[in-house]
Amino acid sequence: MRVRDLSEALGIELIQPDFEDTEILGGYTGDLLSDVMAHAASGSVLITIQAHKNTIAVAGLVGIPSIIVANDRPIPEDMVEAARKEKIAIFRSRETQFLLSGKLYALLTTSRA
Amino acid sequence: MSTIPINTQESPPFLLDLIYRLKVKDVMTKEVITAQRETPLRQIQYIMKEKGITGVPITDDEGKRLFGIVSMDDIIRALDGGYIQDPAERWMSRNLIVLEDDMPLQFAISYLDKFRYGRFPVLNKDRELVGIITSRDIIIALLVEVNKEVEKLEQRIVQPPSQPGEEARLLYHVRKYDFENAGKASAGIKKLLMERNLDPKTLRRISVAAYELEMNLIVHSEGGTLSFRLVKDRVEIEVKDKGPGIPDVEKAMEEGFSTANEWIRSLGFGAGMGLPNAKRVSNEFTIDSKVGEGTTVRAVIYLPGQSAS
Repeated sequence: MRVRDLSEALGIELIQPDFEDTEILGGYTGDLLSDVMAHAASGSVLITIQAHKNTIAVAGLVGIPSIIVANDRPIPEDMVEAARKEKIAIFRSRETQFLLSGKLYALLTTSRA
Repeated sequence: MSTIPINTQESPPFLLDLIYRLKVKDVMTKEVITAQRETPLRQIQYIMKEKGITGVPITDDEGKRLFGIVSMDDIIRALDGGYIQDPAERWMSRNLIVLEDDMPLQFAISYLDKFRYGRFPVLNKDRELVGIITSRDIIIALLVEVNKEVEKLEQRIVQPPSQPGEEARLLYHVRKYDFENAGKASAGIKKLLMERNLDPKTLRRISVAAYELEMNLIVHSEGGTLSFRLVKDRVEIEVKDKGPGIPDVEKAMEEGFSTANEWIRSLGFGAGMGLPNAKRVSNEFTIDSKVGEGTTVRAVIYLPGQSAS
């Protein structure tokens, strides 16, 4: 599965469409940026409620090509702008991190099988 | 109205040079919105509203020969006096103070201070109207030039000359609570190392150390510097801050211990993982801190395939 498939597969809204369409290698859920920094694998989707610019900085450093903002959190324009520069996709969903993580996990494990 | 506080002998030489080097024509607005002598004041009022301007020069049909100027004050007086339908010619200011386009910007600044008008029409050598200049134009032009100069200065600081044995060096100034620019130093370091085809695992470790130490400066310090050195077989990251210092370094190294406040935590920082994370990815890690003075943290990461000394 690639980044561009996320929108349809999870029924989530694409907020920042100017991204590098890479293969999704995994997922990571977290709101502590130090934790994401330490443990998220490169190529993962990040599921978070931290809708601000600093999340993009961390994603850029770790090599995370797409971010899903959960709980319909508002996404500030400077975050979108930063993501555009880094070619990182931003999606938004009404669902909780728990639900999104479960669905993504199922998708990734079946698509690999 | 206060004066523009740069037109003095106490100003830095750079600014003084600048206001004599720039000419009025470099700074003025060139697309001048004009009206004619027979234009009713009412219409000029509408023009001002629509274009967001406060003064309209009155010219011939070609917009070249200047006869007068109608300012917002003239319009207010016309509304008060009930003659807003009169043609501009009857009420326009004729006693005009104009600037010439070849004059140094310093003249414009000095005129604004002396005459208390909000704008001056600008004429060329042939006495044709070629522009209009306001304090806003001047402020924008000065800011643009000052920004350029500051950028040049910072560039000089960020890329100091290399010393022998050093392959690359970067230096960043990091400010307290500057979440806007958080991660810039780490991203700069990552970019430099990516150009050198470092293996991803080591690159990740360096990124973690750089980012955590950079965030510590932003979250916990009074601001400081992050310096990066790439030597033959290793990378050295050193952050040096201006305070406040860590009272109990051992405690600060404990995972989960943090002194960060609530709003910092709500941004996803201050979970007490920064220093432990940075230490975990480093081969050498030292903290030197004095309360009331400041903290220096040094992280060294060995590069693979090189025998680290």
